Parts: sequence; structure tokens; C-alpha cells
Amino acid sequence: MAELAGQAVTAGTASPPCPAGHDPAGLYRSMRLIREFEECALGLVKSGEIVGGIHPYIGEEAVAVGVCAALLPGDLITSTHRGHGHVLAKGSDPAAMLAELCGRATGLNQGRGGSMHAADVSAGILGANAIVGGAAPIAAGAAWAARRAGSDQVIATFFGDGALNQGVLLETMNLAALWSLPVLFVCENNGYATTMATSGAVAGSASGRAAAFGMPSVTVDGMDVLAVLGATTAAVARARAGQGPTLIEAMTYRYGPHHTIEQRIRLSYRSEEEIARWRERDPLDIQGARLPAATRTLIDAEIAEVIAAAREFARSSPEPSPEGALEFLYASGLKGRGGVADG
Amino acid sequence: MAKLSYAKALNRALADELERDQSVCVLGEDVVAGIAQFTLGLAKRFGTDRVIDTPISEQAFTSMATGAALRGMRPVIEFQIPSLLFLVFEQIANQAHKFSLMTGGQVSVPVTYVVPSSGSREGWAGQHSDHPYSLFAHVGVKTIVPATPSDAYGLLVSAIRDDDPVVLFAPALAMGLREDVTSELVPVPIGSARVRRPGSDVTVVAVGHLVSVALDVAEELASEVSIEVFDPRTVYPFDWELLAGSLERTGRLVVIDDSNRSCGLGAEVLATAAEEMHLVAPPRRVGRPDGAVLPFALALDRAIQPGHDQLVAAIRAVMK
Ligand SMILES: Cc1ncc(C[n+]2csc(CCOP(=O)(O)OP(=O)(O)O)c2C)c(N)n1
Ligand SMILES: [Mg+2]
Repeated sequence: MAELAGQAVTAGTASPPCPAGHDPAGLYRSMRLIREFEECALGLVKSGEIVGGIHPYIGEEAVAVGVCAALLPGDLITSTHRGHGHVLAKGSDPAAMLAELCGRATGLNQGRGGSMHAADVSAGILGANAIVGGAAPIAAGAAWAARRAGSDQVIATFFGDGALNQGVLLETMNLAALWSLPVLFVCENNGYATTMATSGAVAGSASGRAAAFGMPSVTVDGMDVLAVLGATTAAVARARAGQGPTLIEAMTYRYGPHHTIEQRIRLSYRSEEEIARWRERDPLDIQGARLPAATRTLIDAEIAEVIAAAREFARSSPEPSPEGALEFLYASGLKGRGGVADG
Repeated sequence: MAKLSYAKALNRALADELERDQSVCVLGEDVVAGIAQFTLGLAKRFGTDRVIDTPISEQAFTSMATGAALRGMRPVIEFQIPSLLFLVFEQIANQAHKFSLMTGGQVSVPVTYVVPSSGSREGWAGQHSDHPYSLFAHVGVKTIVPATPSDAYGLLVSAIRDDDPVVLFAPALAMGLREDVTSELVPVPIGSARVRRPGSDVTVVAVGHLVSVALDVAEELASEVSIEVFDPRTVYPFDWELLAGSLERTGRLVVIDDSNRSCGLGAEVLATAAEEMHLVAPPRRVGRPDGAVLPFALALDRAIQPGHDQLVAAIRAVMK
């Protein structure tokens, strides 16, 4: 179906080719899944069924989908506080993911992780991480272990523009470049770290940081899944061939709040016009326009069903029992003392 | 009879585990040269892809060990300075320690963190002389402070084989200890304490290098009071059962440990004993002062550290 790629082109922009072996409809489907999942999750936050809120990924879907589509099922990722899109794009079950957000025993992490810690090792997801920049060295370590084991696994580590100013990320970039580790450093530059614009926080640039370590980098249109996929495919090939890490900076935008808590406090750090301008280049519309209208309608209907089923699954799943609150704390099975002395 | 030094015991334990298990490797600064003695000679024997020099990037390589552990390796990390543990508290307490629970048991993080010279090194002053094992006990990371060469060997072996993160503090003041080793060196289980000297009047819990101090005091005061010297060996998880048995016999407790007083290990031992164990007299502890920063001048450094005279006074106080 790769030939579809060149057919429908959004006004004025040449569409990048869809790399061989990729299904343009599949890319759209994956983005639609994330969008609907997030809309559903927002509803569950509102209804109180998800406690603690979420960092919605809406607007940034092309990044997760483009990157994960360039990976093989056996490849790995680490994710961030804004991680739902990464987890779904890498192939986790949306029902188990939603159950996790609702704190259910059937969730990916059996209700022990929640939105910011979703992990699904069987799908190659070594965990979302709630600490900005925190996952990058973990990803580098996993890449290092894979290479030592003689595997050609590649790992993509997602992080936001905010992480560009975390020392540990820079330490990790140095080590990954020095040791030629198969890591893709995927910077989702959505223009803001919470309310702080990148222009107010980042001296130099993402690519400048990569260059400092002799690491190649590419800045791509993060609203176009094919652009992300193309750049990532090249980076994956390098990494798999033992040529080391690449930094991919995807220019993107979150339509919604930094966190759902922002819906309750009115903050003014960006303009409505700015949001509207980005929405004009919606990643789902860009890729959707490359598909026959009927295909798109079909996918939309299918995803609506998937999400409805996921919501039903999450809602009807049992909550974990409080006696097991510290289950899994120690892999060795150690049980610590309770908070109160016995007797 | 072979004399084994504490430093050599750690080195031998690491070598034996590198030999036994291909997934074990060691990462750190200057570990190829072996400047801290811990890894001396090991790069030559096992190669520089198992004994790996890292840049001075503790935060990155500490979490890299976590990532490697998630993929089946058993990394050992060496820290040149105890206070580097403050720098990587995030990576150990907030990442490695939490992964098993947060993932609902999907993964384990078998990493061992070794500080081959913790506490005062005499003359290294404020930023090189901390002994923060209570911090790790507080967050629930398995924490061991061996007192003798054979325990250093046995506990390190157990730490490397353990499926959870483990921090091993090797007190600088114990690194030079030597022991006559008559039997084969064997693993020592994490979480098991040992009575170093039996006694009937007072239990002295002593940690790490302070076990030697407690044994000296017990000998000195032998005609006056019968002292049981209790070496926890592991500060988390603590062997409460053995301590309860000891206090059942003595009913009196003194703790000497190299923690700051507020929220230090001594506080936990006293609190637990008071809540749950047999005591006939108010217990005492000897430790570093609140908020201690070790000053440079030797006399000042020593003035801050718990030691012989304070221990004697504390024992006499609980015997009153
Ligand atoms: C080390 C660290 N500092 C602060 C925070 C609080 N925090 C959570 S998300 C965030 C902003 C992150 O911005 P960015 O990396 O650009 O990601 P985005 O939210 O835009 O996706 C901050 C400051 C944190 N989680 N970790
Ligand atoms: Mg951002």
C-alpha cells in the first residue's frame, strides 16, 4: 500500500514517501487510537475514574507513531510523563493501559504504576518515567546490555524539550556516543516545558547538543508521521549497524493542557491563535488526507469500538486488594515491617 | 594460616562472582587501574569489557546499570566517594529501588553499589567523609556494612547474587583490617546479624568499623560488666529477631553507629527495642552529632566520630 503515500498531498506541502513495508492506513490507525484513547482518558479524569490526572498527548501523535513504526517488535522504548502515546504506538493493549490508568488489578502494572509509570516489558516498553530525563540513561544501559548480548536491538528513548537542560541527559548522550550505543534520542519539542517556552529555557539547540558529542541529529516535522518515520528509519539503520546513536528532534505541539490540573487553573503562557495555528496542521488530518475517505471512516469507527471496549474493560475490572499494596516491592520477596509495631 | 585483608576480601568476592557469572560486570571511575583496590588486577584477568572505566558521569552510569539490569545483567558499581551517593540518590532511591513495584513485578534490578571507603578517611574533610547508610535504610534499599574481611567477602557475594539493588558500605576505617581465615570463604545471607561476643549484662549494637571498638571496650570492661557485642552486618533489612533474643538475655541496650543522630540507624534500633523488646533500663546511642560535617583537622574529625570513650560512658549509664 506504499503507493498510496504519494497520492493525496496536503495543500502546498510535498508528502514524504512512506517507507517500503509501511502501511499508511496503519499509521493513521495508530494515531487515531492514541487520540481516542486520550479523549476517553480525559473523560475518565473528569468523572473521577482516573485519579491524579494525566498529561495528554493530543497533538503529538505523529511522533510516537512515526518512531515506533520504524522499530521492530523486539526493539525497546522508554517513555515519559506524557507517555500514553508511546505505550500504545509500541503495541500495548489499550484496554490494559486504560485499566492501569484507572488503577485496576488488570492494568499493565497491576495498578502499581499509573499514567506516569506504565510499563509493558513484553511489548518492549521499559517504562514511562516521571522524572524529566530520568529514562535516558536507563535506555542507554538497556542498549548497552543488548549489544553485549550480541543482539541487534535498538532502543528509542523519548523525552521533551525540558529534558534538554537535564545534566543526566547530557551525560548519557556523551556515553552513548562514546560507546556507539544503539539509542535513538527522541526529543519531542512541543515548545514548552509546562509553562516555560523553549526560547526562555534552552540556550543553543537540541541539534547543537548532539553535535557537541559528535552525534548526528535531524530535526523533523513532528506533525507529519511520514517525516518522523523517514528520519527514524535512517537512525534505526545506523544504530542497528553499530554506528551509534542519533538525536531526532520532532517539532510538535500539545493542543491541551500540560496536565489536566491546568484545566482548573487558568494560565496564560500561550495564545489561542498559536494553538489554532498548530491545529491547522493536525497530524491525523495530514496522514488522513493521504487515505481514501472511506478507509478513514472505517478506521475511525473501528477505533471507537476498541476504545469503548477498553473503557468497559477498565470499568469492570477489579481494584487491587489493599493487603497487597507493597507486593512486588522486592524482587527477592523480602517483606519489610508495617508502619505499626505488632501486638 | 592466611591473613586476609578487608580490601582483598572485597576484591576476591568480586573476582569470584565475575568468574562464576558472565552477567556480572563492574563499572566505575578508574576501575581498570583499580585505584580504590576494589578492582585491582581484575581488568587484566577479565578484560575491559567486564571491568569498565566510565567517564565521571555518575548519574548516567548508575541508571545505565539499572537499564542493563533490566536486560539481564548484574552490574556492580563502584563509587570513589561516599558522598557521590547523594548525587545518585535519584537513580538509586527513585529509579532502581522503585522499578519492581511500579511495574507490578515485571522486572527486577539486581545492581550492587559499592563504596570501598566510606565514612571518615582522616584528612579528607567535609565532602569525602560521610557515612549515609541510614539514608538507604530509610528508603528501603538493602544496605550492608560489613565489619570483618570474611563478612565483606560473604556479603558482597550475596549482594551481587541478590535480585534487588543493594548498597555496600566498606568503612574506610575497616579497609585495612586483617583476619586469620581458617575455613573457606562463604556467602553471608543479607539480613542476618551476628553476635560477635556473648555477654549477659548489656547488648552493644555496633556497626561496621565500630564493631572492633565495641570488642575492645568489652574486653576492657570485662571485670566490670558482661557485654554482648551485636553486629547487624546488614542495616536494612535489620535482623530484629536476633536482637530481640539478645535483649531477652541482657535487657539493656547501647547502639554505636556512624550515623548522624537525627533519624539515624541508632534511633531506629532504640525505637524498635522500646516498642517491641525487653528492656530494663533506658537505652542509649552513640553516633555522630546532628547534621555533622566532618571538619578537616584530625582532632576535629575525631571529635565528631563516635568512639571508645563515649561508648564506655554510655555502657556505664545504662548499667546504673
Ligand atoms: C527532574 C524533574 N523536574 C521537574 C519535574 C516536574 N515536571 C514534570 S513535567 C515537566 C515539564 C517537562 O517538559 P518537557 O520535558 O518539555 O515535556 P512535555 O511536558 O512538554 O511533554 C516538569 C517540570 C519532573 N517531573 N522532573
Ligand atoms: Mg515540552
